[in-house]
Amino acid sequence: MLNRISTYFFRRPNLVLAIFLIPPLLYLLVVYLGSLVSLLVNSFYSIDDFTGMIVREFTMRTYAQVFNITNREIIFRTATMALIVTIVDAMIAFPLAYYIAKFASPRLKTWLLIAVTIPLWSSYLVRVYAWKLILAKEGILSWFIHLFNLTDALDWLLGLPGIGGSSLSLSPIGMFIVFVYIWLPYMIIPIQTALERVPGSLLEASSDLGARPSQTFRTVILPLAFPGVVAGSIFTFSLTLGDFIIPLTLGNSKFFIGQAVYSYQGTGGNVPLAAAMTMGPVVIMVLYLLIARRLGAFDAI
Amino acid sequence: MPSKSSDTRPGASWGLKLAAFGTLFFLHFPMWIIFLYTFTPDETTYTFPLPGFTTKWFGVALQRADLWRSLTLSLQVATVATIAALILGTFAAAAVYRSNFFGRESISFLLLLPIALPGIVTGIALRTAIGGLDIPFSFWTIVIGHATFCVVVVYNNVLARFRRTSATMIEASMDLGANSFQTFRHVVLPNIATALLAGGMLAFALSFDEVIVTTFTAGQQTTLPIWIFSQLSRPRDRPVTNVVATIVILITFLPIFIAQKISAGSSDTEGETK
Repeated sequence: MLNRISTYFFRRPNLVLAIFLIPPLLYLLVVYLGSLVSLLVNSFYSIDDFTGMIVREFTMRTYAQVFNITNREIIFRTATMALIVTIVDAMIAFPLAYYIAKFASPRLKTWLLIAVTIPLWSSYLVRVYAWKLILAKEGILSWFIHLFNLTDALDWLLGLPGIGGSSLSLSPIGMFIVFVYIWLPYMIIPIQTALERVPGSLLEASSDLGARPSQTFRTVILPLAFPGVVAGSIFTFSLTLGDFIIPLTLGNSKFFIGQAVYSYQGTGGNVPLAAAMTMGPVVIMVLYLLIARRLGAFDAI
Repeated sequence: MPSKSSDTRPGASWGLKLAAFGTLFFLHFPMWIIFLYTFTPDETTYTFPLPGFTTKWFGVALQRADLWRSLTLSLQVATVATIAALILGTFAAAAVYRSNFFGRESISFLLLLPIALPGIVTGIALRTAIGGLDIPFSFWTIVIGHATFCVVVVYNNVLARFRRTSATMIEASMDLGANSFQTFRHVVLPNIATALLAGGMLAFALSFDEVIVTTFTAGQQTTLPIWIFSQLSRPRDRPVTNVVATIVILITFLPIFIAQKISAGSSDTEGETK
């Protein structure tokens, strides 16, 4: 009996393909793409100002709200944060990625890669929470700052308009530190992958031809590692753009995109505006991905 | 530690070593801080150095019925989402591996989309769909949301394994008279077993920890991450949160570590980009 079924399927490879393909495809098309379409449709609806109900008629009114002054500021603030976080992550990630790719022995390399990937997969919330403890006014970082007599410098930093706050755990500076920390592994791995592909002989050739180590680094290693940096930046940029946990935990009343979306659909009950607002990150990410593909970043993921 | 290629490798400068290991320290020390704080007797602040030492919060946390409910819900969701991801991800990997059909590249792209786009997009998209269809929030709305991004993890791991498995083995099995089911049971399954294990564990960890999509698909239900999130913005039970955070680290650490060891041992690196 089983043999007969087996033969039946063996003679019909397209049927087998269909059996394999249809469940996952159907799931993603219906659930995921279906939801994305519903998101897009909702962004063209609006809210009735009096009843607070969703008016299911096509309108551009909601998009006009996305570009009012408050929301423009939110989008600008979020994109700026995402950009700075990305740049700083790239700078911090590079030495470790370089060390793993070019200097670590094979055994050490395995362990270092595990050490980098474990934070990537382990609880994002718990890692944010850890920083709440570290950055608290009475917490460990303040204690060290006090120990080194840097309290005045910290107070000065927190007094700066725009980025300061009452304590590190309630300020854009604190938020920036946590963003950098949380997305760092996403930057290390693609850079390491890109550097791994740079053949050692190329570096030898460069030094044989008389380049100083710094010259080799600048003219050979950096350009070849750049696609990796771009690949990593896709993650750091996109994730910062859409995150609302970190701004809600460490931020102040100055909203970020994710936070705005979260509050529009939650307490505000304005799903259309929330939907239209998420189109911001989607458009930015699509543009980003197109540029990244041009720069050859997809080979490094 | 002896290195085979040390003769061709120049040693790293002290500056580079310091930067590399400093970054590694930066990546790991926050988790140790949480372990430390589970023992603080301080209920209202995060004072450092700790004003004393106590282990009573473990007992207090164990007594909390709301925590147990959240933990149970999270474990159930993660289990069902992982099973769904294992089936759908393996099917997709098998389809993409064994045949070259029209739109094959689009499948990979479609599978990647839920993790390439910010989580909030997936979340609000599902929220509008659920709202539009008047589906009540339930256990299943959470699972459906989680499965969308868990599938790709399994898919990546299994596809990487398929690509390294020689097709001749399957042919040999068939030639020796095994039917498709026997071939699957005795040849294919043992071959992809560790990839399934690694993919499944990562999917489990991913689902167990997910908060962004969940806030939009859970309604009034509280998964463990949602419980923690509520404590992040409005801390009420600081000591209990410390214990919960530690438990979450322990629950997720083991599967991740095992999955990474399996992947590193068999050089499946495709699962690494989350």
